[in-house]
Amino acid sequence: MAEPAATPAAEPVLEVIGITKRFPGVLANNDIHFTLTRGQIHCMLGENGAGKTTLMNIIYGLYQPDAGEIRMNGRPVMIHSANDAIRLGIGMVHQHFMLVPQLTVTENIILGNEVTQGPFLDRRKAAAQILALSERFGLEIDPEARVGELPVGARQRVEIVKALYRQASILILDEPTAVLTPQEAEDLFKVMHALVEQGVSIVFITHKLKEVLAVADQITVLRNGEVAGVVAPEEASEASLAALMVGRAVILQVEKAAAHPGEPVLSVEELRVTDERGHTAVNGISFEARAGEILGVAGVQGNGQTELVRAITGLMHPLSGRILIAGQDVSTATPRQITELGVAHIPEDREADGLVKPYPVVDNIILNSYYRPPFARGIVMNEAEAVKQATEVVERFDVRTPSIYAEVGTLSGGNKQKIIAGREFSRPIKLLVAAQPTRGLDVGSIEFIHKQIVAQRDQGVAVLLVSAELDEIMALSDRIAVMYRGQIIDVLPAAQADRETLGLLMAGVHPAQD
Amino acid sequence: MAEITAETHQSQPRQPSPGRMPRNWSEIGSRLVPGLAVVTAMIFGAVFMVAAATDWAAARAAFSADGVGGFISEVRPGIGRAGIAYGALFEGAAGLGYVNPSSIRAETFYVTLLPLGERSLVFIPRNLIDTIVRTIPFILAGLAVALGFKCGLFNIGAEGQLYAGGLLAALIGFHPAFRGLPSLIHIPLAVAAGIAGGLLWGAIPGFLKARTGAHEVINTIMMNYIAIRLADWLIKSREPVIMLDTTASVPRTPFVAQSAMYPYLANTSLHFGLFVALAAVWLVWWFLYRTTLGFEIRTVGANPSAARYAGMSVSRSVVLAMALSGGLAGLAGAGEVLGVQHNLSPGFFAGVGFDSIAIALLAKTNPFAVVPAALLWGGLINGAGLMQVRADLSIDVVKIIQAFIVMFIAADQIVRALWRIRARRRGEEVVFARGWS
Ligand SMILES: Nc1ncnc2c1ncn2[C@@H]1O[C@H](COP(=O)(O)OP(=O)(O)OP(=O)(O)O)[C@@H](O)[C@H]1O
Ligand SMILES: [Mg+2]
Repeated sequence: MAEPAATPAAEPVLEVIGITKRFPGVLANNDIHFTLTRGQIHCMLGENGAGKTTLMNIIYGLYQPDAGEIRMNGRPVMIHSANDAIRLGIGMVHQHFMLVPQLTVTENIILGNEVTQGPFLDRRKAAAQILALSERFGLEIDPEARVGELPVGARQRVEIVKALYRQASILILDEPTAVLTPQEAEDLFKVMHALVEQGVSIVFITHKLKEVLAVADQITVLRNGEVAGVVAPEEASEASLAALMVGRAVILQVEKAAAHPGEPVLSVEELRVTDERGHTAVNGISFEARAGEILGVAGVQGNGQTELVRAITGLMHPLSGRILIAGQDVSTATPRQITELGVAHIPEDREADGLVKPYPVVDNIILNSYYRPPFARGIVMNEAEAVKQATEVVERFDVRTPSIYAEVGTLSGGNKQKIIAGREFSRPIKLLVAAQPTRGLDVGSIEFIHKQIVAQRDQGVAVLLVSAELDEIMALSDRIAVMYRGQIIDVLPAAQADRETLGLLMAGVHPAQD
Repeated sequence: MAEITAETHQSQPRQPSPGRMPRNWSEIGSRLVPGLAVVTAMIFGAVFMVAAATDWAAARAAFSADGVGGFISEVRPGIGRAGIAYGALFEGAAGLGYVNPSSIRAETFYVTLLPLGERSLVFIPRNLIDTIVRTIPFILAGLAVALGFKCGLFNIGAEGQLYAGGLLAALIGFHPAFRGLPSLIHIPLAVAAGIAGGLLWGAIPGFLKARTGAHEVINTIMMNYIAIRLADWLIKSREPVIMLDTTASVPRTPFVAQSAMYPYLANTSLHFGLFVALAAVWLVWWFLYRTTLGFEIRTVGANPSAARYAGMSVSRSVVLAMALSGGLAGLAGAGEVLGVQHNLSPGFFAGVGFDSIAIALLAKTNPFAVVPAALLWGGLINGAGLMQVRADLSIDVVKIIQAFIVMFIAADQIVRALWRIRARRRGEEVVFARGWS
């Protein structure tokens, strides 16, 4: 195990000494030591459920450790609440957004820290301060915009400005890039470098090894709640990091044989869909997905992919056009009818659509098959069958949970996704619609989900894979459709698709046209 | 409130403690919050009684004359009175009292449990039975509101649904067309009518919500007004006479036929409705946790977009939950008419429907927990009379205690702070119903 390779001049601003945290049935953090030095970008890596978020929540005062000590600038500190953390200059951008969508950017940022003039909010002063901050660090935001209407990348900037507004000198970013486009991620890295130059120290959590190697000054890898290693990026490679995280060699490449496409399972004809606000999101799309092939849909997020998926799965009704699944017109079918045709759906927003967080694992596993045998006869449910199924899925998909009765909300992101995948893959299907299936997953889990998707394909399932990760699209797809502004501007065989071509297409540039 | 969290952190030895078995007070305490809310409310109630019973001018004078001792001697009678009040409240509610048996009215049956000289520990079964009788409608109406909460719906309309159920049950009970039916048919018929009335009264706002998105809080309130006014008119109208008993001195419906009355247990006022209520508790639990329809209702309540994703019909669940919720309240109304009053008068249910909201909250929407919550309510109301007599306190003291309970349940952070239970972690908070958007 490598020793912390801190440069001699670096002064530690935050030291975590022997932190241990136990949840019912899980040892989330076990005697963790961790040092953050001034102006450092410290990457925290680890499998899903390794305990990264838990450790950060402890530093941010949201959880109390069972044992251990936190020191700032060499002095032990007691952090009993987020307020304490903020007072000590710690800011955190959570894995899930914590902003109030109904309020404006300014209101969100000053919430809990209001600038007042007499009894009134001094909005103008606050807005000026926020603008100054955003200019200083190159964080583009509009103080008057309503947060609910901002794209994710902008929301994240708001969260960062919020932390800076409260004068954070230590910034914790918990998987900020999971929801960002590659371009937005690049912008974020620029901001991070600007922050570091001005003396802010950053803890950066991500599952993307490329990013780690690109931005980290130091890397701490957690495994099963323990520190598995502390390495400098110069000494590390993607493969070595992956191995350190998972404890075995990980195959980062997807192994798959050539596809044998059969009959079309999904046909979309001249589809038009409007988004929730009534704007045209899908603007006349036609394509086919065949049995035994993976059709990747690439594109910068927000180009109509979400609405396309929602229309195909019955969660939105198209404005015009047709959707055929296995020869049946499902343009106005309900989600239930579509599921019963043999369609599996891994939804883009797993927290909002795919899971019921207060439910135990077992209820989430039968979430869309609860009404049919063997899980129910008539209206009476058969608990034993559900338990059997859940036990099987948890076992087969290696879901790390204290039991099948644990609340899904307490599981780590990757394990939540495994529950969804396990649920969708354990019934016979003809079509798999997978939207961002590996968002927020660790390399081991990604490997696993990818294998499962390829296995489904090999069994003759048609797969529609929507992903913002170009690497994922290129690794899995047999054909790639690129969406831009609600239209498919090209479909290419995977063999002809390289990063550059796809990148241009995603930006709306069609090389063949000029 | 940051210091609440301090104790576990500072007083624990700083070592990993692998098998620290009994989770800390915070974890145990979290489960006790409803109970602690009740205890806290009782303590607050006592403080209130002492404050009301003390002559503060005299207390201040005594304080300046004799210091703390003087002050205490002025306050002590108030404390004694609060003690008497709670003793009487408990005696009236549970039938257990520490009294001089000769003070018990001659016709009242009692059992001496422990003769202790002049005063004895006695049990007066009648008080307990009256409490149980009062508890019955609270169980059913509390279940009604709890069922709504399970679907994320705030049914404020139990009051109106009680009237709707009570009216129809009374109608079937007294109407000449149904006279002469055997009890075995007449009672179920009247009960079914009561359920149907409440069902309809709940289904309408449910339907409006599912179809138009109109918020159920607004519409159940409207339905309350309609039901209360409708009952008023149906019962009071003399021209034409609709449901009025013209021979009675007060406005009320005629008495229901003997054949429509709930049977009584032995010679007591305890009626068949108790079994109906307990059966309903089990049935509601079974429905919610063992049937597909209940699973749908709970899923819609917990996460409507996941419900839609899973192929459930959100609007169907909303209508069903509101209808069943109303049906339960209607059943409560029918029970009061067929089991207690045997007729219906305009203000009969005043407040029962609203108290049932408090009961559902106190039970944290758990069907089984509704029983003790309802029993507490029945006890408080039934014991209030004796308390008023013995301690010479207004019956409103009980209302104040009830209000404190509701407040502490709604704002359980207060209880947690007082009892040093660590704040909820994010995501742990119970969402009963969703807001307006
Ligand atoms: N509030 C909680 N109650 C119970 N268990 C919890 C709670 N929070 C986390 N855990 C458990 O602690 C372990 C560590 O979770 P944590 O969220 O820290 O993982 P993570 O490293 O952030 O994973 P991911 O990369 O998926 O976000 C998991 O097994 C999780 O189930
Ligand atoms: Mg995490």
